[in-house]
Amino acid sequence: MLSKRIIACLDVRDGQVVKGVHFEELRAAGDPAELARRYNAEGIDELVILDITATIETRRARADTVRRVAAELFIPLAVGGGIHSEDDAAAAIDAGADKVSLNTAALADPGLITTLAARYGSQAVVVAIDAKREGDRFAVYARSGRAAADREAVEWAREAERRGAGEILLTSIDRDGTKAGFDCVLTAAVSSAVSIPVIASGGAGGLEHFVDVFTTGRADAALAASIFHNAETSVRALKRHLAAHGIPVRPWS
Amino acid sequence: MIALIDYGAGNLTSVRKALGAIGADVMVPSTPADLADVRGIIVPGVGHFGATRALEGEWTDAILASVGEGRPLLGICLGMQWLFEGSDEAPDCPGLGLLAGRCYRLRGNDVKVPHIGWNTIDLRRQGSIIAGVAPGTQFYFTHSFVAPVSGDTVASTEHGELFAAVVERGQVAGVQFHPEKSGEAGLTVLRNFAELAR
Repeated sequence: MLSKRIIACLDVRDGQVVKGVHFEELRAAGDPAELARRYNAEGIDELVILDITATIETRRARADTVRRVAAELFIPLAVGGGIHSEDDAAAAIDAGADKVSLNTAALADPGLITTLAARYGSQAVVVAIDAKREGDRFAVYARSGRAAADREAVEWAREAERRGAGEILLTSIDRDGTKAGFDCVLTAAVSSAVSIPVIASGGAGGLEHFVDVFTTGRADAALAASIFHNAETSVRALKRHLAAHGIPVRPWS
Repeated sequence: MIALIDYGAGNLTSVRKALGAIGADVMVPSTPADLADVRGIIVPGVGHFGATRALEGEWTDAILASVGEGRPLLGICLGMQWLFEGSDEAPDCPGLGLLAGRCYRLRGNDVKVPHIGWNTIDLRRQGSIIAGVAPGTQFYFTHSFVAPVSGDTVASTEHGELFAAVVERGQVAGVQFHPEKSGEAGLTVLRNFAELAR
């Protein structure tokens, strides 16, 4: 049976891992290659590098980080943040990324999803959706949660799938960094609406939150950053907990 | 020396890096004639079956000649599917035809398609390509199309239905998962192939 994936996210700014709350208040959390090594040894299933460097000089810096992280890693690696064009995606993939994650660029030009899927295959194209509860709907935001995109999350996920996305990385802006648990309502709504895998993100604070998101949230994978960085929770302990709750995971060694 | 075939389907970087990590000598041939001197051939690939069209003609002839001389061949993911007669993904594009059967799309019986993530392989018989892989080991998959289970199937995987995860027939082997992305277990598979190609 297909395992539920545990994905560690490295938010990288200027070559260093940082972590914020509600996408702000950034704190330093370590060297990306060093963290990647540690997670790999603990049995992480996949890594995501989200480059949140906000300068023009990002493409080369991002490629350097990706190359350093990918150098001794033999598990899937996705790269997002600042992928605005086919050239940005090509640079990340050439540096060793298996997948690129599109967010703002896909909202501005949905055709980019199709272009990249045609060039690298759908398995290489992740569409990241940052969503915020507004009444009884989930509004999509661009630019790291700063700009309303005038789209609804479930509809946008459906369109992304239709255009060739291989996976959806779904982040709850409301829960990001709060450790209050994943938004299982949001996750289940999107996961039920598409046939491609959905990675839940935002709000992981304890082991039980992962059980929730894989059951009521219907997530195919769950992504977290700070709880792993701060060593509050080891990947191994998390997998043991999930297995004890009957959730299929890749065995830890 | 192992030849890694570049036909533009996905990037070779990770397979090349994994082969480097296990100490294998690897080259990317620029013409089919370069295959004359290699000890083994790997056909990697992700993406659309139609991409294998780039291998029609001289490349196919050179790869078949190498197999005919008893030299090992490993297909990875799309490269494994290409070992079969063809695929519903690109019906007018012939496969290598070394293995009987056609590839088809996962039906998605109560499961998501594409099949992305780590899954177990269930051993049906012994195979040299997965020697030393412990029972219950998981590998990383990412695909929508699959090859049918047949007498050539060494191990199968279940995702709404059973499909071939590892195939072997003589010196020809294929894996539907990505050994270059499957941690230590994946490196074991590549090591096994490098050993066959010594």
